[in-house]
Amino acid sequence: MINKIVSSAKEAVAGIFDGATVMISGFGEAGSPVELIHALVDQGAKDLTVVSNNAGSGHVGLAALIENRQVKKILCSFPRTAISVVFPELYRAGEIELVLVPQGTLAERIRAGGAGVPAFYTPATVNTPLAEGKEVREFNGRQYVMEEAIQADFALVKCAAADKYGNLIYNKTARNFGPVMCMAAKTTIVQAKQVVELGTIDPEHVVTPGIFVHRVVEISNPADESKLVAENEKYHGIRQ
Amino acid sequence: MESDNKIIGWSTGEMAQKVAMDIHDGAYVNLGIGIPEMVAGFIPEGREVIYHTENGLLGMGKVAEVGSEDPELVNAGKKYVTAIPGAAYFHHADSFAMIRGGHIDVCVLGAYQVSEEGDLANWSTGNPNDIPAVGGAMDLVAGVKTIYVITKHTTKTDESKIVKQCTYPLTGKNVVSRIYTNYAIIDVRDKQLFVRELAPGVSFEFLQKHTEATLHQE
Repeated sequence: MINKIVSSAKEAVAGIFDGATVMISGFGEAGSPVELIHALVDQGAKDLTVVSNNAGSGHVGLAALIENRQVKKILCSFPRTAISVVFPELYRAGEIELVLVPQGTLAERIRAGGAGVPAFYTPATVNTPLAEGKEVREFNGRQYVMEEAIQADFALVKCAAADKYGNLIYNKTARNFGPVMCMAAKTTIVQAKQVVELGTIDPEHVVTPGIFVHRVVEISNPADESKLVAENEKYHGIRQ
Repeated sequence: MESDNKIIGWSTGEMAQKVAMDIHDGAYVNLGIGIPEMVAGFIPEGREVIYHTENGLLGMGKVAEVGSEDPELVNAGKKYVTAIPGAAYFHHADSFAMIRGGHIDVCVLGAYQVSEEGDLANWSTGNPNDIPAVGGAMDLVAGVKTIYVITKHTTKTDESKIVKQCTYPLTGKNVVSRIYTNYAIIDVRDKQLFVRELAPGVSFEFLQKHTEATLHQE
């Protein structure tokens, strides 16, 4: 019997180990799985490599995970926001490693990781500092940079609705990196605003087919990260 | 010189309007964060333009009204926006396939520097104290068919932003098609700069005096 639904965020993030590579969906707050990240703060796995477009805001969500010193390295396109305080401080202190990846290259490297494509060539970054040390090859008279796929041990993803097979639909621009991250992780962990019966999601409308998803937890009232940041909330975790 | 910028040449709004005039009916357009966003307000009536925002929306509408913001409906600058009837949502890899695959017609970006060969520097000043961040700028300049730059002609300290060679780290090489400044509209063609239009009160000599790169008259 296939039933990917688990009963709590704690159960959902069980088994994330020290040193794991963890993809985290979201573009700023849109699509960021705040409850799963907080469960990971509680769980305490450390020396994580995180793959995410941004590096967190305020002291909640991804910023809380970084502030709790669980992240040793982050791959992202835009770690700087007006309200990011935790990452800049640790970065300047040399306590977290940053790998800057252009946004489209980041998305495609993740997609390639999920699609069984080990590397690809992109015109982005040619003749820029971000191409340094990378193979450049000419196709049809134009130069391209080789980029390697990214795969992860775990992905933490937020969606709008899921069924017990793990079929997912998303909400508006909260979709962003979710679908490609689901494909690229050995264990994909999803928080859904709503868990629905099989067949409720029209097969024509499924965005992420269940084969890419392993655990689903219903979080029916997810926090608005911007609200938490505005209220200067801090998340330090629950002692286990 | 701030006073120079105010007295002579176009206002920022007029610059945005000049860009808007050059965007054709039916174009798929990506507007960078900041001044480029103003372009949307000046598209002439009768032209239909579809806005792409790289975080996964084609058919972006106006900024959301106060009280009806949706934290899951944002633009690339993470501002709360709206979607027009006929809009489409998609994931990031598809969004950048639209960019890299050459499906977006025009992208309007800001700049720190543009070189006479059309090189663009707009992501980093190279200051080691800054947190490096690139976002989608390098993918956009590499993939979008036409790159327009909208920028003040000079920096706050009156240094030319139109230079022989960029001293800041490049976003892309030979990528800019046209530059809209408060003094002029300049085309990049065959690795040379051609002045297309001068702002009121700006002579070619004045423009060249305030431009490090060599300019050519049409």
